[in-house]
Amino acid sequence: MPLDPANSTQLREPGGSRKPLPPWASTAALLVPTYGWLTLAVFLPLCTMFAFSFLTATPMGKAPIVFTFKQYRAFIDQPYLLGVAWQSLLMGFWTTFFCAVLGFFAALALVRATEGKVRETLLILVLLPFWTNGLVRVFSWTMVLREGGFLDYAIHSVWPGAGSVGFLYTRQAVVVGLVHGYLPYMILTCYIALVTIDNTIVEAASSLGARWWTILWKILLPMAAPGLISGSVLIFVPVIGSFMEPRILGGRVGVTMGTVIEDQFTQAFNWPLGAALSFTMLAVVLGIFATFSGVLRRGTAL
Amino acid sequence: MTNVEVRSIAKNYGSVPVLTDISTDFTQGSFTSLLGPSGSGKTTLLRIIAGFIIPDQGNVAIGGNDVTRMPVWARNIGMVFQSYALFPHMTVNENVAFGLARRGIKGEESRKQVERALELVRLPGFGDRKPKQLSGGQQQRVALARAIVTKPSVLLLDEPLSALDRRLRQEMQVELIRIQKESGLTTIFVTHDQEEALTLSDKVAILDRGRIVQIGAPTEVYERPKTRFAAEFLGDTNFLTGTVVAGGIRLANGSTVAVDAPLPATGSEATVAVRPEKIVIRDVARGGKDTDRSNRVSATISSSVYAGTALTYEAAFDGLSFKIFAQNSDARPHSVGDVVELTWSPLHTVPLEAAA
Ligand SMILES: Nc1ncnc2c1ncn2[C@@H]1O[C@H](COP(=O)(O)OP(=O)(O)OP(=O)(O)O)[C@@H](O)[C@H]1O
Ligand SMILES: [Mg+2]
Repeated sequence: MPLDPANSTQLREPGGSRKPLPPWASTAALLVPTYGWLTLAVFLPLCTMFAFSFLTATPMGKAPIVFTFKQYRAFIDQPYLLGVAWQSLLMGFWTTFFCAVLGFFAALALVRATEGKVRETLLILVLLPFWTNGLVRVFSWTMVLREGGFLDYAIHSVWPGAGSVGFLYTRQAVVVGLVHGYLPYMILTCYIALVTIDNTIVEAASSLGARWWTILWKILLPMAAPGLISGSVLIFVPVIGSFMEPRILGGRVGVTMGTVIEDQFTQAFNWPLGAALSFTMLAVVLGIFATFSGVLRRGTAL
Repeated sequence: MTNVEVRSIAKNYGSVPVLTDISTDFTQGSFTSLLGPSGSGKTTLLRIIAGFIIPDQGNVAIGGNDVTRMPVWARNIGMVFQSYALFPHMTVNENVAFGLARRGIKGEESRKQVERALELVRLPGFGDRKPKQLSGGQQQRVALARAIVTKPSVLLLDEPLSALDRRLRQEMQVELIRIQKESGLTTIFVTHDQEEALTLSDKVAILDRGRIVQIGAPTEVYERPKTRFAAEFLGDTNFLTGTVVAGGIRLANGSTVAVDAPLPATGSEATVAVRPEKIVIRDVARGGKDTDRSNRVSATISSSVYAGTALTYEAAFDGLSFKIFAQNSDARPHSVGDVVELTWSPLHTVPLEAAA
């Protein structure tokens, strides 16, 4: 009888009915539930919205619905939107910038100056803004920033003659509120990046003659870059679309793409325009990331 | 010429003394190993010299200058860590050039020195790689190049080879000696591997619970251990305890062991150490050749372990047990139960200081 190698393997395993799954099958079995859900939860609504953005009107009334590209011409038809978009990008930029600076140093302080219980407690405190209601958080800022608010009160208690520094209903006030809300993301991503840096790397640098600013600039910052980048991405995108903070803290100057888009859905009931504006902003943001990612990859590839 | 000098260093963590009254000199261009069991304070002493730890007491001087209060970056040291501690976001060239840049050496001059350093550690042509793209041994060479390229006043190494496998480790030991001799750097090397310390060093300092118990050339510390701890820590030893008589000690069973070294006062108790490889076994039954070694006891082989080139015997003698290393050169190994005569020279009978 010719000995078939496949058969002979089976012979060595008498209970041969329990064959291991091929690797692709087990991979699929593990991934399908998660990715299936993500697809459903993310792509289905997104696709619906994308379809809406090519319609003339919200497909809920009795008005006839026609396919159109006109919603994507909004920026040309209503040039004031360009200004709004620019302000939104600026707002996103400044918020991300301040979050990056504050978040990086906060994470650095956590990693290098604290340990054990103290560090755990501080990390939990960092997460506090996540646990407070966003609306409450933002309104509490109005109490601080308005003329005669807590900020003025604090300053006057030190320097009674000072005028009011309250700056509620300015773009700066919006950025303050946004930074407060989104800073935890940056602290956490930077913390994760910094905590993995072995202390001997810092020691090696100082043994080679590096002083603290060189260590900060040449070692810690580049090594934490992945954290700074992912934090920035996490913050920039939602900030551009934010509408609560601009509304409440910006007042009349708080017109951003977020508020304009929100208006389309809640006030004007023009979902197609709202959807089209969202997708346009998404394209712009992706364009910005694409431009930066090339630069960043060269600078930080490990 | 003394290059690094530590004087009466003491360091406590809380109320626990980690180093107690450490004083020693490191000669210019010498290679000194700090050897001791885990927790004996080797790393602490090295880090005090580096400046990462400020001692509670005592002084550190490098090149004649007191550096006790000087920050690490100002001390002009080179340090190699067990974990290599290369900068992962920089290429090999950038890693090695880092210390040069801190000393204001840039551009062409820096490039030349980096290249020379990489040649010295036998890694030319690896300059554009990232540390991740190197093997463990190669990473350790880069770490070494980075530490020596700045021509530091002292090179400090904390168990730099212990992450490498045995073969690579032996290879790196040879390289390390070559590089150290070529560069002429005063080197302080922490290890808890006694063989490594003996092979590499000009001097070995044995630490025990925060004290230097003995410091000297490898042959000196191995052949003439001062204390029971030093004898035990550096290889295997047989200990014999007895009463001091003229020219030797008398054991409990009445036989006398000759000692060719100064002994404490007659009548006091003393312990001597005899290395297992110094003992020669003479097979009484087979009438083996007599030797001129004047210490002799008869004993019975109680165990024998065969390891190819060598054999390890244990021989029992009046309730004492001797360990003996023998080359595998006898016609026939001794077997358990053989009655033999153990002989060794009084020169190899080392009196030990009483424990502190
Ligand atoms: N930061 C610290 N806080 C408290 N105790 C410490 C600290 N660092 C070291 N020790 C203690 O000091 C003693 C000496 O430590 P050290 O690291 O110098 O030992 P070592 O000889 O290098 O040991 P090993 O061979 O394990 O590296 C140890 O008992 C250790 O527990
Ligand atoms: Mg150590």
